[in-house]
Amino acid sequence: MWAFVKKEFLYIFRDYRTMIILFGMPLVQIMLFGFAITNDINNAHIAVLDNSKDVVTREITQKLLSSHYFILDRYLKSYQEIKPAFRRGEIKEVVVFQNDFAKKIKTEGKAHIQLILDASDPNTANILDAYTKGIINTYVFHNLLQGRKIPLHINVQNTMLYNQELKSVFMFVPGIITVILMLISAMMTSITIVREKELGTMEALLVSPVKPAIIIIGKVIPYVVLSFINLVIILLLSQFVFGMPIRGSAPLLLAESLLFLIMSLSLGILISTASKTQQQAMMLSMFVLMLPTILLSGFIFPIENMPLALRLLSDIMPGKWFIIIIKNIMLKGVGIAYFWKETLIILGMTIAFVVMSIKRFNIRLDE
Amino acid sequence: MNDSREKIIEVYDLVKRFGHFEANKHLTFDVYRGEIFGFLGANGAGKTTAMKILCGLSKPTSGSVKVAGVDVNRHPEAVKKRIGYMSQFFSLYNDLTVKENFRFYGGVYGLGKKEIQQRTRYFLDKLNMQGYESMLLRNIPLGWKQKLAFSVASIHRPDIIFLDEPTGGVDPITRRQFWEMIYEASENGTTVFVTTHYMDEAEYCERVSIMSEGEIKALGRPRELKDRYGVKNMNDVFLRIARNVE
Amino acid sequence: MRTIRYILQKEFIQIFRDKSMLPIIILIPVLQLLVLSYTATFEIKNIRLVVVDHDHSTDSRNLINKFSGSRFYKYLGEESSYKQAENDIAAGKTDQVLVIEPDFEKKLITEGNASVQVVTDAINGSAASLMAAYAVSIIQGFNENIVVHKSPLHYHGLPIDVSSLFWYNPELNYITYMVPGILVLLITIIAMFLSSMNIVKEKELSTIEQLNVTPIHKLEFIAGKLIPFWIIAMVDLVIGLLLARFWFGIIIVGSPLLLLSVAAVYLVLVLALGLFVSSLTETMQQAMFISWFVLVIFILMSGLFTPIESMPVWAQQLDKFNPLAYFVKINRMIMLKGAVFNDFRKDFFILAGYAAAMLTFSILKYRKTSG
Repeated sequence: MWAFVKKEFLYIFRDYRTMIILFGMPLVQIMLFGFAITNDINNAHIAVLDNSKDVVTREITQKLLSSHYFILDRYLKSYQEIKPAFRRGEIKEVVVFQNDFAKKIKTEGKAHIQLILDASDPNTANILDAYTKGIINTYVFHNLLQGRKIPLHINVQNTMLYNQELKSVFMFVPGIITVILMLISAMMTSITIVREKELGTMEALLVSPVKPAIIIIGKVIPYVVLSFINLVIILLLSQFVFGMPIRGSAPLLLAESLLFLIMSLSLGILISTASKTQQQAMMLSMFVLMLPTILLSGFIFPIENMPLALRLLSDIMPGKWFIIIIKNIMLKGVGIAYFWKETLIILGMTIAFVVMSIKRFNIRLDE
Repeated sequence: MNDSREKIIEVYDLVKRFGHFEANKHLTFDVYRGEIFGFLGANGAGKTTAMKILCGLSKPTSGSVKVAGVDVNRHPEAVKKRIGYMSQFFSLYNDLTVKENFRFYGGVYGLGKKEIQQRTRYFLDKLNMQGYESMLLRNIPLGWKQKLAFSVASIHRPDIIFLDEPTGGVDPITRRQFWEMIYEASENGTTVFVTTHYMDEAEYCERVSIMSEGEIKALGRPRELKDRYGVKNMNDVFLRIARNVE
Repeated sequence: MRTIRYILQKEFIQIFRDKSMLPIIILIPVLQLLVLSYTATFEIKNIRLVVVDHDHSTDSRNLINKFSGSRFYKYLGEESSYKQAENDIAAGKTDQVLVIEPDFEKKLITEGNASVQVVTDAINGSAASLMAAYAVSIIQGFNENIVVHKSPLHYHGLPIDVSSLFWYNPELNYITYMVPGILVLLITIIAMFLSSMNIVKEKELSTIEQLNVTPIHKLEFIAGKLIPFWIIAMVDLVIGLLLARFWFGIIIVGSPLLLLSVAAVYLVLVLALGLFVSSLTETMQQAMFISWFVLVIFILMSGLFTPIESMPVWAQQLDKFNPLAYFVKINRMIMLKGAVFNDFRKDFFILAGYAAAMLTFSILKYRKTSG
């Protein structure tokens, strides 16, 4: 048994290209998500069309630019300049002040601002619209209505639970952990087992007096170890570089991860019984496993907003349930009482995959 | 004694190193036009390395190699029009039919459409494989595949054909037929440069060289070598040389 | 040149004879487009809301009605204590909790101000800030209403009113935005994987050796290898555009021909990258992993899912080497805003130069001889 495990380890470590990818991939991904990629909107380029150029319009422009949301790209002189600027993708928003702005406020008590947004990206347009209106509103209350008492005011206290600073990395770390564990366990095991089949070395092992189950376990153990090392690296990184806490019980987190790992491994073994060549195993893992896990597990995109068919499909993605568990333990700091259902689902999937693999494996031996 | 014949391969002081490992140590030999030249040696003796250099697949560390009058080191592409090559790994396309394989390689060697058809028919007739043109290579038994590979390697009427262990894993009858093809090619003036493990095949060669540890230990007609070592067959010659090494 | 014809013929026969290839090159891109377009959305709708109403007055009920009437909200009901409501967030049953203080109505009238608390599950930070903003704007609207009704004399209206125009996509349809980007993703994946795996496959089956002893010119060989994948990717793009038009109903504002011409140049770059990967690797497994690794980074940083402007400067600098970033941008400009060549001239020339450089580099790197 030990000899098998050792052989597998040697084999894995010798292929340095694969090693680099196995350990480099999670590192690069977590760094990207932690430092570079965010779905917040910052530094949006805007243009201002201001024919008044009076105190009020200058102050409002100043207020907009002093937030980190906006960068002034240019002042426009006429409406005609808006369309080409949008088309070249140089700006996302134009703030248009009415002529004689300050004067109108004084004489008529009202002036008008029009926001024109490049809504080809609706998400950004929506958020920029909200930001701009918010800043103008604040200006109105603090500067223009200063001194005037507002009757019947409702204060809103905003509380952000679990992630006060609204860091993107909190959202992505659970997903990265899930994808990495799945990649290494399911994809790598299925490919190695099929490789032995393809090279005919599996038969040599099967005629040896060692039991098939032991052979499979021996092949799988190195990947359990690798996945665990990877998991620990990701957890340490997210804690010490990005300040993502583990609010719940760390041993429980590791135990749940172990369960998910075993599930992925059994899935990998199942895939290996279903495919004849490495290429098939790769394609199966890639398109049946990886892509759906990334897209339908709530890793990047929230599941609630998907069409019903895809939401139902997401229920059979083991990753979805595991991501819920990780978020519960790490961010919400709650105990098993809150996710025993999810745990049971993964456990059930594990048992189902193991039973199916054993069945398929025995059929193959009988053939 | 053979100096009257035209030299088609001239190798002088060929050295090939991979790092510190010397795979070919100062090889010098000639091959004559129309000859069947056996290139023998144990696994790892450096045969395939030397053969790859002769075909322009790999560059020598030092030394000169002339094939069909062309300096391989300087003009590797010019040599390739003049030679055919069949590697020890079966390397026709399994997912193409017999005819498609012929057509592809014929096209690659720059034959015209008519000529390709003509050559394809010629080889299929010779191999008694009429009616199999549209069969996928995948579904054809190994022995036939090897004969097809030899035909494809000579579709463009090369001056020299290099065969790297062409009969590995093939049954004795097919091996015999394969050697008949080699003889026929040789009679038509094609030089055949062949590596093999089978010592009985070495007997069929006009001259053989025996390599060991990157050096040529013996070179000559099979009869001469047997006389020199005072043994009855090439197998014993081979064992003698291998034993001396140890 | 005649040789290329034979190579092309052989490649096409091999591609179409392989039964697993057809689904890969046709079915998977189509599925990808359909599934991704529906999944890849950061849109927020149906925010689940639980209310803890300590007041139970007319005003507090009116406020709750405002929320339950909003198209952004799905009102789940009341909890009797904040503790229970927070439990609901912890259990993932709700996204947001609105807490109305005791004597909310009384305080509002007698003291002139009252408080509510909005508690949001912020694990998804950007969604949370949007959800909070929706809540605040509903409460502000309610507030203004109250002023109008209860204290009409004090109401003067705000001195500045702001209106918004949403150009190019007035319904703020997210799919319209995603489809052009996903089209780029899909032809990139196809071109990259096919080209990087194909030459490695010949290496693994050792058929490449047989080719290397032929007088085939390496330019002919590479052209013969890349042209079929270029054609397949272009066909995929056309299928994708048809789906965009007739399934998703997206009107292509700019010129489809311009789009295809840019794609033609872009694909050369992607194929050259694939060729480069294949020259670095020995097995299909390695080629697949490296392609996957490179693609994931390219895709995540391409601006396809998240805005490029929001990334730090160093990341934006790195994006100058990201082919996807250029084409995602150009494609959206053409399809959604009707950009003409002059609008993205600079990006196009960078892309073309990049393609030429990468192709030259990969060709130089590919060798017929080893060792």
